[in-house]
Amino acid sequence: MTISIPIQPGRQVIRRGSRRRVRTLPLVAPSVLVLLLWMIVPLAMTLWFSFQYYNLLNPMLSGFAGLENYRFLLTDPALWTAMANTLILVGSVLAITIVAGVLLAVLYDQPFAGRGIARLLVIAPFFVMPTVSALIWKNMLMHPVNGIFAWITRSLGLGVVDWFADVPLLSIILIVAWQWIPFALLILLTAMQSLDNEQKEAARIDGAGPVAMFFHIILPHLGRAIAVVAMIETIFLLSIFAEIFVTTSGGPGLATTNLAYLIYSRALLQFDVGGGSAGGVIAIVLANIVAIFLVRTIARSLDR
Amino acid sequence: MRHAKSDRIALSVLGWTVALVMFFPIFWMVLTGFKTEAEAVATPPSLIFTPTLDNYADVQNRADYLKFAFNSVFVSLGSTLLALAFAIPASYAMAFFPTWRTKNTLVWMLSTKMLPPVGVLVPIYLLFRDTGLLDTRIGLTLVYGLINLPIVVWMLYTFFKEVPRDILEAARVDGARPADEIRHLLVPLSLPGIASTALLAIILSWNEAFWSLNLTASKAAPLTAFIASFSSPQGLFWAKLSAASTLAVAPILIFGWMSQRQLVRGLTFGAVK
Amino acid sequence: MATVVLKQVRKSFGELEIIKGVDLEVRDHEFVVFVGPSGCGKSTLLRLIAGLEDITSGELSIDGRVVNDVPPAQRGIAMVFQSYALYPHMTVAENMAFGLKLAREDRATIRQKVAEAARILQLEPLLERKPKELSGGQRQRVAIGRAIVRKPKVFLFDEPLSNLDAALRVQMRIEIARLHHELDATMIYVTHDQVEAMTLADKIVVLNAGRVEQVGSPLELYHHPQNLFVAGFIGSPKMNFLATRVTAVEAGRAHVALPGGGSVAVPVRAEGLAADAAVTLGVRPEHLVAGPADGTVPARVFVVERLGGGTYVYARTEGEAMIVVEVDGDSPVQVGDRIDIGVPAEACHLFDADGNALPRNRRHPLAQPDRTHASTAP
Repeated sequence: MTISIPIQPGRQVIRRGSRRRVRTLPLVAPSVLVLLLWMIVPLAMTLWFSFQYYNLLNPMLSGFAGLENYRFLLTDPALWTAMANTLILVGSVLAITIVAGVLLAVLYDQPFAGRGIARLLVIAPFFVMPTVSALIWKNMLMHPVNGIFAWITRSLGLGVVDWFADVPLLSIILIVAWQWIPFALLILLTAMQSLDNEQKEAARIDGAGPVAMFFHIILPHLGRAIAVVAMIETIFLLSIFAEIFVTTSGGPGLATTNLAYLIYSRALLQFDVGGGSAGGVIAIVLANIVAIFLVRTIARSLDR
Repeated sequence: MRHAKSDRIALSVLGWTVALVMFFPIFWMVLTGFKTEAEAVATPPSLIFTPTLDNYADVQNRADYLKFAFNSVFVSLGSTLLALAFAIPASYAMAFFPTWRTKNTLVWMLSTKMLPPVGVLVPIYLLFRDTGLLDTRIGLTLVYGLINLPIVVWMLYTFFKEVPRDILEAARVDGARPADEIRHLLVPLSLPGIASTALLAIILSWNEAFWSLNLTASKAAPLTAFIASFSSPQGLFWAKLSAASTLAVAPILIFGWMSQRQLVRGLTFGAVK
Repeated sequence: MATVVLKQVRKSFGELEIIKGVDLEVRDHEFVVFVGPSGCGKSTLLRLIAGLEDITSGELSIDGRVVNDVPPAQRGIAMVFQSYALYPHMTVAENMAFGLKLAREDRATIRQKVAEAARILQLEPLLERKPKELSGGQRQRVAIGRAIVRKPKVFLFDEPLSNLDAALRVQMRIEIARLHHELDATMIYVTHDQVEAMTLADKIVVLNAGRVEQVGSPLELYHHPQNLFVAGFIGSPKMNFLATRVTAVEAGRAHVALPGGGSVAVPVRAEGLAADAAVTLGVRPEHLVAGPADGTVPARVFVVERLGGGTYVYARTEGEAMIVVEVDGDSPVQVGDRIDIGVPAEACHLFDADGNALPRNRRHPLAQPDRTHASTAP
């Protein structure tokens, strides 16, 4: 029942929690219980269904399927395409958002005229609902006839890119990156502002120019924040759904089908509950791998 | 850091260029809402035009829009209040009376947020179908309350922990009982924190686009689903859709702008503050 | 009667024992200072008296009543925290009134008590301000005002001056001394600064690693420290310690060797001391003289600190031990000089191999067991 609070560097005073005899269990229990149910019941059901023959279109087909659903899924080329797409999607968005996020954080950390308002404009995309974002990009920007991009390239005599037909995955990547760059910027900017000025000044006296400053002082300081951004983005990017739903419905063919969309289409469009559940289990396992790292980092921040 | 004047101008130009480029799609959407349908699809796209409020009037008149907007408001506010109701006592207990279990509880709650929704899509969908919760506001409110609960607990926990212990001890010496402590000190001092937590929960619920697309149809669909239904429109719809989208997006944009600093804490589960 | 009595009080946090059996008595109207290095447990002891921590074993009585299980608000105490712990969202007046409001006193009484406290501390012009608009010294006074208003039996101060700059600290020290005189209350004060302890206390309690090393008036601790720890803690610059051996023992005198070949006869009760025993000789820098005396130590100067009113000379003896002498402000001493440092026998302290002081023959006239101050209260 002790909490350690560092008071001076290198010294710790151990302070006990308050003497008050307030029972904490009834205060915390409801939240824990409710989240437990939310996790356990659906997880158990997903697991159960994944071992069943269960197709809503074909109620005749039922019974224990063993690993049949998994075998079917794992030998289905569609799954591997979806996994590849997922990895490409997540990897590309991560790369774009983190690089842009770091550079923009450095930029917006410098004072310039109207910085506050410019900052508001830059972070706006994160607050726009994904369905609206997707529609704006699909129909106002990337549309081959009416879109702004088309108008620009046509005016420059470069022809027209039919984004969702020619480069569908790239189009999705662009839309998602646009939405998440502000997230990375916001977090990295906050982390930057905890870099104390004296360190920067000491570096300047030591002769560091802007590039050296960036690579030797700023980047290392941001290291942990970048890791956090990467992990949190990965968790959410694994489940990209709305943008695909609204623009390409996974197509053309399977070009923009990621794991989440595949499971959705199997389960709710093809009504294959068994197969969809097996896919769900795979998605959960994947997410857990990333989650373990994120949880450890955050648990460490709790000890501070 | 002192910059030469030319440096500062270069920075301003760069900073503003990036800002305008990033904001452009939103800007264009807002602009289109004030155009006529013909103008909206005209090429070359026009920046100067006579603005009209017809689209907004039209959107307001269509009962559909108001219904969906109401659904969004109901579900966002409802789920936020639900989450707060569960989270405030829990965070209070964990922040001020920590036990050896506290850290594990917090970390476990966090891990529930990392569950990919698609992993439990099937059972939730079937559960909702069989219990009549499909396409109901209550159903969606419950789901949002649950998925936001971990973030709300975390954010409140970090805000409560920032109330300095000796202020509470001074109050104890002054004769305050736990109820007095909460009423006179805790709530006033952490009100800004509670407010930004609520704001974040509202934003996350309003923008949520997985469960809203899969668990609702015509009756309980919030604005996310409403907009999504226009994914293959005819070109004649653009101006009205832009107006509707602007209305759907504006409040959250403002909320987000207001609470951007506090959001970082909630979005990173306290790992970056 | 506002007395505080501790009997064998112990405090453990889990496995770790922080307070290891303290017996103490604080008399009515006394100003007692708990002093000691960081981590000695002085703040913990104060918090035990306040009731912010549970006593693991032992008995605490305030005003004759055992209060081990009594909550802080009902012990008749008030506390001034190191960080002041002012309520940031309340005005100065509301801060001071909070405790009274909780006790449901009527508004007129509250206003009068707050006004009275504000008058004593000169806080009247600040009553409507919020803490963040106040300077450090002003916040300090509000914290004290909040304590005064409750008219407690015992005031507890937890390192109240550590967050102030040097000049302000001196000023506030005088304020607190004046307050003690005006309120005539029992005060228990925790600090790590031995100057504050010496100047404010009627009685000092020196703590080290959870144990009481010595209790006594400031001058008693100065002139008659009972062990090496207290001798080294009280007084700045620190007392000089020279490890040496006894050369001869007589009744009432112990001859010890000095570095450089000399010796000095220290007037202590030396029975039980073996010849050739290892001892530590202690002399304060301000008692050493420049030039030969009862004993003489040749040394070589390596640092000279001139303060104008006096000069501190740091020198090394032939055995490479460091020795500090305070000499006159106009002394011409330079770095590198060879000097003879005089050790007057009357000023010497002798400590045995366990670090305990051998009793000195003559008690210093000013070193009364405690400095009771004349009470103006009826």
